[in-house]
Amino acid sequence: MKTLRTFISLAMLFAAAVHAQVQTEKPPILLNEAQEARFAALLPNLRCLVCQNESLADSQAPLALDLRYEIRSLLAQGDSDMQVKKYLTDRYGEFILYRPVIALHTYLLWFGPLLLLVLGLVAVYRFTRRRSAAISIKPVDRVALSKLLEDETR
Amino acid sequence: MRYVIPILVLLALLALFISGLQHDPRELPSPLIGKAAPAFSLPPLNGDIAQRITPDDLKGKPLLVNFFASWCAGCQDEHAYLLQLAQGAQVPIVGIDYKDALDDGRNWLQRRGNPYAQVLVDLDGKTGIDWGVYGVPETFVLDAQGRIIFKHIGPMTPQAWEQDVLPKLQAAS
Repeated sequence: MKTLRTFISLAMLFAAAVHAQVQTEKPPILLNEAQEARFAALLPNLRCLVCQNESLADSQAPLALDLRYEIRSLLAQGDSDMQVKKYLTDRYGEFILYRPVIALHTYLLWFGPLLLLVLGLVAVYRFTRRRSAAISIKPVDRVALSKLLEDETR
Repeated sequence: MRYVIPILVLLALLALFISGLQHDPRELPSPLIGKAAPAFSLPPLNGDIAQRITPDDLKGKPLLVNFFASWCAGCQDEHAYLLQLAQGAQVPIVGIDYKDALDDGRNWLQRRGNPYAQVLVDLDGKTGIDWGVYGVPETFVLDAQGRIIFKHIGPMTPQAWEQDVLPKLQAAS
């Protein structure tokens, strides 16, 4: 009961703090159907920097609201998806993109797992070859063995 | 002898994980380091609200640009230390009141003391976005040419000041 009360008062405090931020009245930005579709497609791939595990599509953080507004205005003025992403990465870095770009500094990230797989396969191959080599009977042993068997049967 | 390689691999992994733990995922590297401070044109908090201040007005000597707000808890935490820094007068601090009601910002500074050489208002948060601010308080270190040379995220502390900010400032001046 007490924890519930603390929780509620904390929640109210948080709501008050968020509310204290001024949301200046901004006119809504109208987009045509194609732009609206691009807007909807872009957002899930962009990270909200305040709650990092939420996308800009889901987050209700004030910064996410502001960034959605900025993205809408960029789309309305005719920017391409690439230009919108550049606008964001110029300010917040590539961390805002959920899907990292493929470039020199991300090769290890993209192809590292493949590299590990290849290394693992090489290791397995060498290990099994060494093992089968150890088990196989050498020609010298063969001669000795047949000799032994001969002695036995005689 | 045959365990040498697996143990080396294990140690390398451990080192990787431990270094990963030292990383705070909330502290994002700013792409603006080394670049000129993004343009803005903001009114002062105290004074003529029709006036506009731009980064050019701030050039000439190294300074700190501190984004704060009266509604921000972390800003209360760092405020006493900012006042102390202002008294030491090592470097002027320019405050940018981020998405705050004018009266709230003014009252806040009146009640708690004003560490800032100049206070500007970013009413709609647009300048914050241009500077890559994602959670106040954030403090930028600018050199005399108006380039951003360092960014501290979160409340300024004596430790962060001495370890991170001061060396950058000394290198810049």
